Amino acid sequence: MIELESVAYSYGGGDILSDVNLRLAPGSFHFLTGPSGSGKTTLLRLCYMELLPSVGTVRILDTDVRDMSRDQVAATRRRIGIVHQDCKFLDHLDLQENIALPLSVAGRDIEGERDNLEELMSWVGLTGQKHNRPPQLSGGERQRAALARAVIMSPDVIIADEPTGNIDWEMALRLLKLLVELNRMGKTILIATHDMNLIRNAKSQTAARVLRLHNGRLQLAGADL
Amino acid sequence: MLRTLLAGDRKADRVVPPSGYTARLTTFTAGAMAFLAVFALALSLATGRLADRWSDELARTATVRISAPQGQMEAQAQAVMRVLDTTPGISAARMLSDEEQRRLLEPWFGPDLPLDTLPIPRLIEVIEDGNGPDIDGLRLRLAAEAPGAVFDDHTRWRRPLVDAATRLRLLAAVSVALIALSTAAMITLAANAALSANATVITVLRLVGARDSYIARAFVRRFTLRAFAGAAIGTGAALVGVMLLPSAAAEGAFLTGLGFRGWHWLLPLLIPPLSAIVAFWSTRAAAFRVLKGLT
Repeated sequence: MIELESVAYSYGGGDILSDVNLRLAPGSFHFLTGPSGSGKTTLLRLCYMELLPSVGTVRILDTDVRDMSRDQVAATRRRIGIVHQDCKFLDHLDLQENIALPLSVAGRDIEGERDNLEELMSWVGLTGQKHNRPPQLSGGERQRAALARAVIMSPDVIIADEPTGNIDWEMALRLLKLLVELNRMGKTILIATHDMNLIRNAKSQTAARVLRLHNGRLQLAGADL
Repeated sequence: MLRTLLAGDRKADRVVPPSGYTARLTTFTAGAMAFLAVFALALSLATGRLADRWSDELARTATVRISAPQGQMEAQAQAVMRVLDTTPGISAARMLSDEEQRRLLEPWFGPDLPLDTLPIPRLIEVIEDGNGPDIDGLRLRLAAEAPGAVFDDHTRWRRPLVDAATRLRLLAAVSVALIALSTAAMITLAANAALSANATVITVLRLVGARDSYIARAFVRRFTLRAFAGAAIGTGAALVGVMLLPSAAAEGAFLTGLGFRGWHWLLPLLIPPLSAIVAFWSTRAAAFRVLKGLT
């Protein structure tokens, strides 16, 4: 699904990632941990092609990202759902329009997808908020909306960068439950977090692997959790 | 692309927030440039007409000037008329009356010119036909029959006038081209500003899988329509201005004849669609250049 082979990423003369090897198999659930500044976000950005590796190969859906045309990158991103810590909404659009944005950019008929959209909003518990603008929502609501937007195209992979960073524990568990549900539907999940409680809770529900970034290198964690 | 542009995509339009000053800047720029373009076009057409008219009128007429002692004047004049009557390429020759000559000199010497007491040359107006006469042959015959006669085909003063008018027309055409280029430059700057102001929007759109063409379209359509609207307003205002110019009069043919004639009134109507085309390509180029810089 997503493969990183001997990947290094340097910026401003410093190595952020070195010799990273990672393979996300279809239907797998991975957590990526590490202290702030360890390169978690950089690794995720490589996985959704916002960055290109300085060295090594990133292969997404069996295609080397360096061989992809700009249109191929766009098409591949539609098969990857991304949840950012800051959600990255367009504040001038209402919640429903934000969630439907991937459909709009893909040229899909929103009216034809109305039932799916309603069902999705109900799944994340935001039916009553659909006409609100993002700044009117709480942190938890924004994260759930970001998850709804990430899955609306029924992607193969969902990548989340600190999705519970700005929300309370109860809301974090609710979001985790949704992600576990998606994984049970066969979606590949990769979550960057430094919330160990969240990881422990997830491991009690699903077979999640935990990867740790340390000094720019990726290690398999688990025994100390 | 053009059909998509005209049909519009409400959702694609909405993804880019309505921007403030770039919208007003584009509309104002397009309007001001269209206003100037109408006047440059009017100047170009007026100078073109003037050059054609001078060239045409002067090319078909010539003058024979006879300077001879008083006693020989009439005989030489009759000799010249005979030569002209038998020269191929001349359709008519007419000796100017004393009254006509007085009127020609009146602007310089006043109305009470004593023509009969002054050694004024005799003038014969010559109208050429089709290809005109063999000028060199005619000059030789005139020299033989009437030594005081000089054939003046107006070339000496016709050429600088026609050259000046032609240069003026060229300058006006260059002005129209510069106006188009300036419009493109200013719309490119406004588009770049709008693209920079919406960097976050562009990032989000790319992350959810938007192609460059989709993002560019949202900007291009907006700038094209603004340029069209601004140019339409500018053109309308300029046309009103041209219509209000004093009507053409013989005394000031150039200044008062600056307006459009006949079907030329339709030419300014091309300015708004041409502005839209300029805006379309300049915004498209700017958008793709900016998007190409992003991964």
